Amino acid sequence: MQNQPNQPNIKSNRKLISLLVLGCLAMFGFGFALVPLYDVLCEKLGINGKTSNTASNYQAITVDKNRVVTVEFISQVSTGMPWKFEPQTKRLDVHPGELIHTTFLAQNLSNRLIVGQAIPSVSPGQGAAYFNKTECFCFNQQHLAAASRAELPLIFFVDPQLPESIHTLTLSYTLYDITDKQLASAIEQGAAK
Amino acid sequence: MSTLTQDQIAAHDEHHHGAPKGIMRWILTTNHKDIGTLYLWFSFIMFLTGGAMAMVIRAELFQPGLQLVEPNFFNQMTTVHGLIMVFGAVMPAFTGLANWLIPMMIGAPDMALPRMNNWSFWILPFAFTILLSSLFMEGGGPNFGWTFYAPLSTTYSPDSTALFVFSIHIMGISSIMGAINVIVTIVNLRAPGMTWMKLPLFVWTWLITAFLLIAVMPVLAGAVTMVLTDKFFGTSFFEAAGGGDPVMFQHIFWFFGHPEVYIMILPSFGIISAIVPAFSRKPLFGYASMVYATASIAILSFLVWAHHMFTTGMPVFAELFFMYCTMLIAVPTGVKVFNWVATMWRGSLSFETPMLFAVAFIILFTIGGFSGLMLAITPADFQYHDTYFVVAHFHYVLVTGAIFSIMAAAYYWLPKWTGHMYSERLGQWHFWCSVISVNVLFFPMHFLGLAGMPRRIPDYSIQFADVNQIVSIGGFAFGLSQLIFLVLVIKCIRGGEKAPAKPWEGSEGLEWTLPSPAPYHSFTTPPEVK
Ligand code: HEM
Ligand SMILES: [Cu+2]
Repeated sequence: MQNQPNQPNIKSNRKLISLLVLGCLAMFGFGFALVPLYDVLCEKLGINGKTSNTASNYQAITVDKNRVVTVEFISQVSTGMPWKFEPQTKRLDVHPGELIHTTFLAQNLSNRLIVGQAIPSVSPGQGAAYFNKTECFCFNQQHLAAASRAELPLIFFVDPQLPESIHTLTLSYTLYDITDKQLASAIEQGAAK
Repeated sequence: MSTLTQDQIAAHDEHHHGAPKGIMRWILTTNHKDIGTLYLWFSFIMFLTGGAMAMVIRAELFQPGLQLVEPNFFNQMTTVHGLIMVFGAVMPAFTGLANWLIPMMIGAPDMALPRMNNWSFWILPFAFTILLSSLFMEGGGPNFGWTFYAPLSTTYSPDSTALFVFSIHIMGISSIMGAINVIVTIVNLRAPGMTWMKLPLFVWTWLITAFLLIAVMPVLAGAVTMVLTDKFFGTSFFEAAGGGDPVMFQHIFWFFGHPEVYIMILPSFGIISAIVPAFSRKPLFGYASMVYATASIAILSFLVWAHHMFTTGMPVFAELFFMYCTMLIAVPTGVKVFNWVATMWRGSLSFETPMLFAVAFIILFTIGGFSGLMLAITPADFQYHDTYFVVAHFHYVLVTGAIFSIMAAAYYWLPKWTGHMYSERLGQWHFWCSVISVNVLFFPMHFLGLAGMPRRIPDYSIQFADVNQIVSIGGFAFGLSQLIFLVLVIKCIRGGEKAPAKPWEGSEGLEWTLPSPAPYHSFTTPPEVK
């Protein structure tokens, strides 16, 4: 036998295996890295309709009286949550730069305390970055006692830089029941103290 | 060595390090041929199991209205059918073929990592037992589709979702181990003189597939892990209430999912590239372009995932980007189809069963590619998305594509595996029954989809009734036809005409230099590669 049997060369196998395993671990990490990456990309490119969750300043804004933008409001309550939640005005024609007050009505239809969290989303997504809220109930959680109701304020203005191609902005709120999560974290905090 | 008869070799094996007898042979085996056989049988059992679920689906859809099963059970059937066929039937069949063939094709004695090979097979039955047993749990098994979109798999899923996640983890680990083994084998165990551009295309396509597996199976593992923690441990990756985003699930899933569909088709390309030249008695047309086409398909497959998400409200530039990238994939795919046809052109063709399946593959896979192109047109996809048109598309590429190529491979290499010729008469029966019924089954689905019938719903409006009846009849016929294959394989293992070392006149490759059946240990001395 002149040729050595092509037995696995343990050393070069080891090296290749470690590289491949490393590659696997890296890709597992990459899967999770997609989460912050997604958020950053969406925010930077302003593409998925998320509005800022901090209050904007209304300062040195000139109102563009020549332009009218329609703002529509829609609301949804997540499945099984016993609340009524609706905009009091469904549609407004506004000038970019104008500061607008509007309200939503929330009513707890059950006989226990429920904590709600509203999540906003603007459509078309590219408009989200130009929809500025100086005050919004969505910045906080809403605690509603059994069978009580509340008027939830929203103060916003549309940035005059809004691209010409956008004539209508639709602001959608989805309301989630976070009572259980609230209770859980309250208990945890209590235990910590 | 080559002058020894087969019996002498067998006796030699028995004497030195032959296989232990009985069940322990299979449990403890580290032999690539044994493990290949295990994978192939496992895959066939899963094929029949998933097929039985498809029969439930088609029976329910035979008539409009709800006849046989509850909607929730129907959803479990569509989900588990998809999972079993993808992860239990197609992928293990390819791994089984890789085990059997790659060492023989590159002149290696075995796979490079035989003990890991044993593990990567033997964890699979556990994974599928877990998945199948979840169907019998209170609340039922997974019912959210094989794509397990959040929030269906998080907020609205049954408790058994934890089992689903666990079983996917195990399947993923198994595939990754298999992929590592394939890569190490191909890189380190090629016989002297077997240079890269001499590798048979099946080896090339599997090498590239293995890299795809390593790149995306971990991402799938991450996705199921996020579903698990969202559902049971209060994280909010995909829940808007906690700052997450359900659309992100689809991005992560399809980042895995689209390369995954190529994982299920690239080895097929390798198989067809072996069979078509053999029965055309001509060398493959355009070997190098086949290698480059495979590599470009693999790279492009990472840039097209969002063609599954055109209707999620992406910005227009993204829709266009993914539309054009998707259409670009059709170019290297077209190169392949062209090369196969050019190989047959003026060849001296004969149509034994492997060739019949290969030719059917070329035609029917191309139909699937065309419907894919239609789906890639963004505005058109708004109409087709989530209808039976999509179901027709992916069954053409997966059943008449991937599965037909696996059948072709089984017929082509059965004489090498068993040492007997299969019954050509039964093979022809199997082919013609399959190819007719599969088209009765899937072709009318295009029309159902264009007419607007949604997928994954147990009931439908009355105007779809006739076509659904035809589809169901095709489905039952296709299911039954596969039993012919089972009988044929069992007969071929038990006996039959003795197969020579090279039963197909036009075939090429090192595996045909070995006697049939291939000895338990092949190429303990590296062969001469010309
Ligand atoms: C020319 C090549 C191809 C093109 C252009 C293409 C395009 C597409 C598009 C646009 C969709 C999304 C349809 C929708 O949901 O609205 C789709 C779905 C799908 N394709 Fe393809 N495809 C091609 C080849 C393949 C191949 C080779 C396979 C697998 C072997 C495959 C498997 C699938 C599967 C499984 C789905 C459906 C996934 C699901 O929603 O469950 N495709 N294809
Ligand atoms: Cu795809």
